Amino acid sequence: MTQKSDPKFEALLRLGDNALILGHRVSEWCGHAPVLEEDIALANTALDLLGQTSLWLEYAGEVEGKGRSADDIAFLRDAWDFRNVLLVELPNGDFGQTIMRQYLFDVFNRLNLEAMKTSTDTRIAEIAEKAAKEAAYHVERSEGTVIGLGDGTEESHRRIQDALNILWPYAQELFITDEVDEEMAKAGVIPDPKSLQDAWNAEVRGALAEATLEVPEAHFGHRGSGKDGRMHTEHLGHILTQMQWLQRAYPGQEW
Amino acid sequence: MSKEWPLWEIFIRGQHGLSHRHVGSLHAPDAETAIKNARDVYTRRNEGVSIWVVEAAHITATAPGDKGPIFEPSESKIYRHPTFYDIPDEVGHM
Amino acid sequence: MYAQMVKSTGKGVKSLEEMEPEERHFQEKVDADIRIEPRDWMPEGYKKTLIRQIGQHAHSEIVGQLPEGNWITRAPTLERKMILLAKVQDEAGHGLYLYCAAETLGISRDEMTEMLLSGKMKYSSIFNYPTLTWADIGAVGWLVDGAAIMNQVPLQRTSYGPYSRAMIRICKEESFHQRQGYDIMMKMAKGSEAQKRMAQDALNRFWYPSLMMFGPSDANSVHSEQSMAWKIKINTNDELRQKFVDQTVPQAEYLGLTIPDETLKWNEEKGGYDFAEPDWDEFFDVLKGAGPVNNDRLEARRKAWDDGAWVREGLLAHAEKKRASKVAAE
Repeated sequence: MTQKSDPKFEALLRLGDNALILGHRVSEWCGHAPVLEEDIALANTALDLLGQTSLWLEYAGEVEGKGRSADDIAFLRDAWDFRNVLLVELPNGDFGQTIMRQYLFDVFNRLNLEAMKTSTDTRIAEIAEKAAKEAAYHVERSEGTVIGLGDGTEESHRRIQDALNILWPYAQELFITDEVDEEMAKAGVIPDPKSLQDAWNAEVRGALAEATLEVPEAHFGHRGSGKDGRMHTEHLGHILTQMQWLQRAYPGQEW
Repeated sequence: MSKEWPLWEIFIRGQHGLSHRHVGSLHAPDAETAIKNARDVYTRRNEGVSIWVVEAAHITATAPGDKGPIFEPSESKIYRHPTFYDIPDEVGHM
Repeated sequence: MYAQMVKSTGKGVKSLEEMEPEERHFQEKVDADIRIEPRDWMPEGYKKTLIRQIGQHAHSEIVGQLPEGNWITRAPTLERKMILLAKVQDEAGHGLYLYCAAETLGISRDEMTEMLLSGKMKYSSIFNYPTLTWADIGAVGWLVDGAAIMNQVPLQRTSYGPYSRAMIRICKEESFHQRQGYDIMMKMAKGSEAQKRMAQDALNRFWYPSLMMFGPSDANSVHSEQSMAWKIKINTNDELRQKFVDQTVPQAEYLGLTIPDETLKWNEEKGGYDFAEPDWDEFFDVLKGAGPVNNDRLEARRKAWDDGAWVREGLLAHAEKKRASKVAAE
């Protein structure tokens, strides 16, 4: 971290930015999905994630205490200030890559939110209560689709296996623990990501086996993480270029 | 052209509804996905608490010509309807 | 409208006396506002016209996702992003309901999709216009949805049961669509100079294409006459266009925007506005595929369909495997 900021603020940005960037990516599918029913389902997922974004970033703004709204935080920060993991900013790729990314994130998100329901911070507990229900449904949906595609045709199997090979290392970043996580865990606010890893592994590996997929050996070799902003892919800048365009071109307007 | 996903008929019981009501149809590869699709397509506005799905091909319906013989007999059993009975106002609500 | 220039049988409307008993029974039910259901007897022409009309309407909803979807990733606030995404998602839902209504007439959704992608079936001309600025998203909601609602509200009473039920559901869900568009326009029209300019520019570009949505005058069209006798068309194109103009002019005035029509004038005698007709040559060009973004629209739909084939096939193959193993276990 370049400057020392409130760990709770940092932790809330991580939650909000993951939801924002993934919601943005999923929303790119609207009007382009493989089948109408899936188009509608993906939009629901994106809507849930954007709803969660508002709640996390609004609270982040309050914790920060500088009068920034959720919109200010979403639309007026540059890439180095974003705290999302690299997994969620990767391009959609084919539908297989999108749904695999979704599944790997969904299970983490649900476990994380479930644990946060008993957070010592009541506001976080309240948000988690609502968001955990949404995440549980996301898992149900993305898991079923991953299994269906893995155990479908030869082509669908090959494509979803390719997606897993690309994404598996990135998913490991979700479990990196740093001092922000440690402090939040010690205070009983947000669980240590490491504490979720066994449950995540058991669940995800089970589903991937049912999908007849092979889990690759690869691990996350990067030394910096999106969680503290020391690392991102080049894709994030392009996401922000689109997302923030109007706010940047016409600053300070009501929309 | 590849094979199309089968069509499913969707029945939903709403918050205050007593029975499931046909709300429409959709396509899905299997029953489990049909349920999930129904949730996403037909309950976007909090419409339901319970969902039934039936593959459209499995629905047996009355033939249009049956309309007379099947439904008309009950039309004459007007005594099944509460308004058949005149209850004096003095008796109060019944 | 979303279904423009739908051809019916092309013959004149028969009188009851000229009809065979079956058709006469059918027409009497239509006249008495009794809904026609999928398994009821119906004239071939009625069925064919309905497939064309409902199919075109469904295609319009699906292609109509694209111009607005174009701005989801660029919406200026989180709330606007969610509203827009929810609205475009509704359009996918409406397309789905309408395809299902058409499917009750014995055509599959895949067949209709192939016909859209091969250019055999059309969608509304309006979606071949681009959304260039954020104000266009306001204008589309306000004008395009406003025009669509004009047509859809009466269609709730259409004679074909599944179509009527789909329209009832669609109208209920659409009630927020036009409002969110107007809400964007209000913000823009009361905003900075740049925002005002954007709003006026959007109105300038979308006014005539919106008037075209109702289709050319059909006062003397045999197709319309037949469709109206079948109650799959409730008002003439001119009636709806007039109603739309009368409703929209005061809304534009409230925004402080100018409708790009110098001839626009209140006509006391007819109790409505006199207004200029759109350029119908442009309309026919756009309908034939020569609009600014026709290629982009169809290309996007083709890509979604082709790229999605392996997903649809994969999930179906999995479902079949499961079914087979379940049967084997029993």
